Amino acid sequence: MAPNDRKYTRDHEWVMVEGSIAKMGITVHAAEALGDIVYVELPAVGDETVMGESYCVVESVKASSSVYSAVTGKVVEVNEELDGAPEKLNEDAFANFIAAVEFTEINEDELMNADEYEKFCAEE
Amino acid sequence: MRSEYKLIFERSHEGRRAYDLPACDVPSAILEIPDGMRAKEPLKLPELGEVDLVRHYTNLSRRNFGVDNGFYPLGSCTMKYNPKINEELAPMFDDVHPLLDAEMCQGCLALMRDMEGMLCEICGMDAFTLQPAAGAHGELTGLMHIRAYHEHRGDLERKVMIVPDAAHGTNPASAAMAGFKVKEIKSAPDGGVDLDALREAVGPDTAGLMLTNPSTLGLFERNIKEIAKIVHEAGGLLYYDGANLNAIMGIVRPGDMGFDVMHINLHKTFSTPHGGGGPGSGPVGVKKHLIPFMPVPRIAENDDGELFLDYDKPETIGKIKSFYGNFGVIVKAYCYIRSLGAKGLKEASENAVLNANYIMNQLRGVYDIPHDRICMHECVVTPTEDMMANGVHTSDVAKALIDRGYHPPTIYFPLIVHEAMMIEPTESESVETLDEFVEAMKGIADQVKSDPAAIHAAPVTTPVGRPDEVTAARKPIVKYEW
Repeated sequence: MAPNDRKYTRDHEWVMVEGSIAKMGITVHAAEALGDIVYVELPAVGDETVMGESYCVVESVKASSSVYSAVTGKVVEVNEELDGAPEKLNEDAFANFIAAVEFTEINEDELMNADEYEKFCAEE
Repeated sequence: MRSEYKLIFERSHEGRRAYDLPACDVPSAILEIPDGMRAKEPLKLPELGEVDLVRHYTNLSRRNFGVDNGFYPLGSCTMKYNPKINEELAPMFDDVHPLLDAEMCQGCLALMRDMEGMLCEICGMDAFTLQPAAGAHGELTGLMHIRAYHEHRGDLERKVMIVPDAAHGTNPASAAMAGFKVKEIKSAPDGGVDLDALREAVGPDTAGLMLTNPSTLGLFERNIKEIAKIVHEAGGLLYYDGANLNAIMGIVRPGDMGFDVMHINLHKTFSTPHGGGGPGSGPVGVKKHLIPFMPVPRIAENDDGELFLDYDKPETIGKIKSFYGNFGVIVKAYCYIRSLGAKGLKEASENAVLNANYIMNQLRGVYDIPHDRICMHECVVTPTEDMMANGVHTSDVAKALIDRGYHPPTIYFPLIVHEAMMIEPTESESVETLDEFVEAMKGIADQVKSDPAAIHAAPVTTPVGRPDEVTAARKPIVKYEW
C-alpha cells in the first residue's frame, strides 16, 4: 500500500514535503513495472529541477525510464546508496528516496494522496 | 560445459603454436620505443595448435544467426534479405582511393549524385547528403541543420526539440547531442501524436519535432498534416526519422507530408548489411531552405559537365564524416534501387505491409493486439492475460522462439506498450515462412497451457540458456582475467 505520509504523481513518483524540502522517489508500482533495476543515474547536488521535467534516469534490464520532478528547485541531497545498490528501489521504493530538493514551486493540486493514487493505479 | 563452448583462453596450453617460423638469421631492427613505453613482459596470448584454433572460430561462426540462416523478424530494424548481387557489384569500386582527383573518379561521383537524386525522388526532398555513417549519425546531422537554420535567422531562443514518448531512443539522444533540450510528449491512446499535447508543447522555444511515420507502433500517423501545421505555425521544423521508410516507398513521401529534414538507414530500407555485416549509412535529405547548411563537400557540376567536390559553402555545418560517407554501402544500396526500379520499390513496401498484416491477423485470438487496426510494415502483439497468469511473459516467448529456430522479434519496445513484441517480417519472406512462424507462435501459446515450465526453461538448444542479465548489468565483468 502507498503510505499516507506523502503525495503521488501520475508518472508514479512520490514526493514528501517537509518545510521547504521535498524528498522524491519512485513508487513500488513503478519499480515493479520496471523490473530489476540495474542503474540509477542520480542528479548532482546543486542541480536545478523543473516541475514535470526529468531529473533522474532509472535503468532496468528492460528499459530506461525518466523520473520526473514534482517540484521546481535545487537538489540539496541525493541518495548515494542507490549508486552502488540500485536494487534498493526494487526492495522498497518507498523507503529509498532519490533526491531531496529545496523547492520554490510545487503544484499540490496536480498531486494525489495515497487513496487517490491506489485508485489511479487500479484504473490504469 | 562441453569443450566446444570453451573460450579461446580456456583452450590455451603453454608452448603450443599454430605454426613455427625458423629463427631470424639477420639482425633485428632497433625500434625507437622509449623505455617507459615498452612492455615489460610478453603479451599473454592464448597458445593453441592450428587445428584447434581453426575449429574454435569455425564453430563460433556457425553459431551466428543472420537473415541468411533464417527468419529474423526484428521490428523497427527491417532485417530484410541482402541480395547477393549487391555484394558482387560493390567490390568493383574497391580500387578507387578517396584522395583521387575528381577527374579520375567521375564514375563514383556520378553514382553518388544519381543516388542523391533517387533518394530525393523516393522521399520528396530537395537535396541529400550521403555522408552520415549510420542512422543515429544521420539524426545528429539532420538536427544540426535545424539548429543552423534557426541560428542563421538570428532566432536563438529555439532550443527545445519535441519528441513523442513512442520515439526510437536515438531521437532524444541525438537531440541532446545536437545541443537541444528534449521535451517529451505523451502519445494518444491510439499510439499516435496527441494533438492537444503537441499544441500545448509548442511555443517560441520550439526548434522542431522528431517523428517516425509509420510510428514505432507500426501505425500510420493519420494526423500528419495537422501535426506539420502545428509545428510550422509555431516556427519549428519537422524531422523525419526514416527508420520505418520501408512501409511507404512509392506510396507516400516524407517531403509531401510536410517534413523539412530526414534521414534514411540504407541498411534497413535499401538492403545493405546491418551491424557486423559492414558499416551503416544514414543519408540525410532536406528541403530547399536547409540546403545552404548541408555538409561539405557537395557534388557539383562545372560548366564543362564535369563533376567536382564543392567545398565552397559558407553556411555549411561542416564536414561530419571522413571523405564522402561509407561509399561501399552506398554502392550496394544504389544497386538495390536500380535492380528494383520505381515499380519494384513500391511492391517491396506493399509486400512488407501485406506480410505484417498477414502475421497480425493469423495471431489474432492467440496473442493480444493492443492497437488492432491495419498496421504498416510491422505489428505489435503481446502475450494474453491467460499466458501471463501462467507466468509467461514476452521475454519467455522470445526465448521459446529461439529453440524453434527463429531470431526473436524486438521485445519491450515500443515502451508505451506493456509487454510488447514487435514483429517485422519484411517483404522478403514467402507465405510459407510466415505460416511456419505463425505455427511456432501458436505452438508456444499452446505449450504455455500444457507445460509452462518448458517455456520457462527455454532456450535449451543454445550454449547458454538464460544468462543472468541483472547481475551482468549490475556487476559487469568487462575484462577476462586469466
